[in-house]
Amino acid sequence: MITLYHYLILGGFLFCIGLYGALAKRSAVAVLMGIELMLNAVNINLLAFNRFLNPGEVSGHVFAIFVIVVAAAEVAVGLALIINIYRDRMTTQLDDFDWLKW
Amino acid sequence: MTSTIIFWLIAIIIMGSALMVVLLRNIVHSALFMVVTFVGVSGLYVMLQADFLAAVQLLVYAGAIAILLVFGVMLTVRGDIKYSNLFNRHKLTAAVVSLGLFLLIEKIILSSDLIISNKPALESTVGPIADAMLTDYVIPFEAAAVLLLVAMVGAILLARGEGKPQ
Amino acid sequence: MFWIDNAWLIPIFPAIAFVLIVFVTKKVKMLSALTALAAMATSLIFSIGVLFTILGSHGEINMNVPIEYSVPWLTIPGVHITAGVLIDPLTAVMLCVVTIVAFLVQLYSVGYMADDPGFSRFFAYLSLFTFSMLGLVVANNYFQMFFFWELVGLCSYLLIGFYFYKNSAADANKKAFVTNRVADFGFMIGIFFLWLVFGTFNFQELAHAIEGYGNVGFLTLVAILVFTGPVGKSAQFPLHVWLPDAMEGPTPVSALIHAATMVAAGVYLLARGFVLFHAAPSALLLIAYIGGFTSIFAASIAIVQDDIKRILAFSTLSQLGYMVMAMGVGSITAGMFHLTTHAFFKALLFLGAGSAIHAVHSNSIFDMGGLYKNMKTTTWTFVIGSLALAGIFPLAGFWSKDEILLVTKDGGFTGLYIIGSIVAFLTAFYMFRLIFTAFFGEKLSDHHAHESPWTMTVPLMILAVFAIFIGFVGAPFVEHGFASLIYFEEPHHATPDYFLMISSTLIALAGIVLAWYMYGKKAVDTEALKQRFLPIWTLLYNKYYIDEVYQWFFDKIVLNIGNAFNWSDRKVVDGIADGFSDLIRATGARLRFVQTGSMQTYALVLFAAVVLIVLWMAVPVLGGM
Repeated sequence: MITLYHYLILGGFLFCIGLYGALAKRSAVAVLMGIELMLNAVNINLLAFNRFLNPGEVSGHVFAIFVIVVAAAEVAVGLALIINIYRDRMTTQLDDFDWLKW
Repeated sequence: MTSTIIFWLIAIIIMGSALMVVLLRNIVHSALFMVVTFVGVSGLYVMLQADFLAAVQLLVYAGAIAILLVFGVMLTVRGDIKYSNLFNRHKLTAAVVSLGLFLLIEKIILSSDLIISNKPALESTVGPIADAMLTDYVIPFEAAAVLLLVAMVGAILLARGEGKPQ
Repeated sequence: MFWIDNAWLIPIFPAIAFVLIVFVTKKVKMLSALTALAAMATSLIFSIGVLFTILGSHGEINMNVPIEYSVPWLTIPGVHITAGVLIDPLTAVMLCVVTIVAFLVQLYSVGYMADDPGFSRFFAYLSLFTFSMLGLVVANNYFQMFFFWELVGLCSYLLIGFYFYKNSAADANKKAFVTNRVADFGFMIGIFFLWLVFGTFNFQELAHAIEGYGNVGFLTLVAILVFTGPVGKSAQFPLHVWLPDAMEGPTPVSALIHAATMVAAGVYLLARGFVLFHAAPSALLLIAYIGGFTSIFAASIAIVQDDIKRILAFSTLSQLGYMVMAMGVGSITAGMFHLTTHAFFKALLFLGAGSAIHAVHSNSIFDMGGLYKNMKTTTWTFVIGSLALAGIFPLAGFWSKDEILLVTKDGGFTGLYIIGSIVAFLTAFYMFRLIFTAFFGEKLSDHHAHESPWTMTVPLMILAVFAIFIGFVGAPFVEHGFASLIYFEEPHHATPDYFLMISSTLIALAGIVLAWYMYGKKAVDTEALKQRFLPIWTLLYNKYYIDEVYQWFFDKIVLNIGNAFNWSDRKVVDGIADGFSDLIRATGARLRFVQTGSMQTYALVLFAAVVLIVLWMAVPVLGGM
């Protein structure tokens, strides 16, 4: 029997993998990919809760839709930023973007 | 029974491809595995009786966002593609932190007392979603629309760059 | 009671003169002198007024019933200090002595300092000094007295170093100040002990409190501590070293400060606070012996000195020893009487010496000689002063010195009586050695001696009159004389002791005769005598090498202690302070690298923190896996 907990743990796992990608990769695009994984994990969580705790409602679905909308917008803008920076600095390796410091 | 097998299958696909996304050194390969992950997640949504969301997931994520990412890769790659997606100096620390976070989450999940409802799932969610969107959630709906517009305009502006002759 | 009610003004007049001279009349010499003299004259008139009021009160105002005015000066919870005026016969007499001598000295200075570019400065300092001294005299509590005590020390410093461009003067005034500081430290501790136990600085209140206080040991300790003040200020052994060097100052300064008034402040303190000393007999004994020792110690040095001012300086030391000794054997009457007479004839002697120095431009008595031919007034006043100092009947010194010898003899202090008599002999001897060498005999150097102007000779003559007649106020025959005015607890009328009077006169005459024999008639070859007793002569001439001992002490011990503290301060204290700041700076320098600039680092830390915090908060809630 697949219970809620299975989905939740799967979602958690996906989230942590996405986190790892966001923290440990050099390329900016790879970080974006990690973020997308995290958002997907969140969506899985939302839908799982909706299905198991409150099947008659669609509030989880609506929330998930909005998450997708925001994720899409964010990827678009993020990539535009990366392209912009790339044009200026000729690199997308995050190690090189280190001006937020002393 | 069947659902259990299918669930585990899809779960393995998702987890495996997610790991591939993060662990591979070739960024194009990462992007491709990302697509696989999205498709897997979409399958998961189907299992969760979220038909509309599954379609949206395929359309938006696998169809648009993944393409966007590939475009991004294409436009910004430098040097050898084979080594375009390396790790930074936090490779191990981040692994530890992520693992820790996972264990924490899992522990919290397992020790919580969630009351599972017995009600049957909705047959088709499209109608109820549409209803909810245009009545209860109309404001976030409109806001999301504006957000998309802004994001589009912003992305165009940013990507176009400055100092271009008019 | 007008004079007594306004007695607080007496110190104020010279203070006003000081301010005026410094800010207004500095450029105009004569105006400065006039301001100072006018202020002094006014104070003098007031002082005489006070004295006559007291005399006229026929015993209503006496030593046990003084008049006191005070205003609160500093009031903090737990500390209540007043500024005030205490008028009794002791104050009145001291006021008159100080103002008379100060006035005459200032008059003398008009002539003496006429060519000096620092003329106005001199009168400003003199006015400041008289303000301090008078403030000290009228003080009604130890705190105020200490305040003016220090101020007097400062003025002494300023005046000794008046010729500040001379190294010797600069060294001398430093020595005076430091020696006095050492003494004042003990004095201050003594005063604070008094305050700690009795809660007051006021003389009257302390007198009442001490009378009923049982712990004699404590009182002895405090008395000795308080006595260190007079040891420094009145130049008793072992803090006498500054007085001979203080002769670097101009002669009027030596006359006023280092003969008549400031050095007398220590004796005055002993009289003023006598209740404390009376309650601690061991302290009194110590005081008496220190006084006695100082007097013979100084007199022995005086007999071989050749600088006229040094001879007078050691003579002052010796006479101060007399006064302190008299206080120590219990008679403030005798001590104060001698202070009064001494002030007049010692001032006279110094001023006369100044006159002589002015004429020959040298301090050595062997450079002078036969001065009497051209400087009759100076010579004769000097002789009168010397006779008074030697204690020849019927001049002033005879009566006061006899009073001291009488109290030592009657008090059973035979040893001190013998010392006192020896000192009388030596005093007569060295004074007339000086006179015969400097004033009589042949002209030794090529000097053009001429008599000094009237501003210098008139004070000499006035002082000479005092030197002759002032003694009569304290003679044993007099009914309501000095002894009924100034006393402790009860007036003490001594019966005339003829044996004493005759024997002391004979001793003094013997000294004079010996001096005449050796220096007047030149019957003895002094040079050969010196060679025969050369070790003794060298020891005496070098003041028993006390200065050298002190110098060694400073060089070897004090300086090394100072160096040790300096090292500790620089290495340890600064090390810790700088170490702290260096530590912080180093930590900061290391810590700043936490800001890597990389967002991923920040995010990593953030998530790590989240994990940790959640773990920490959730641990009590979570059970097993």
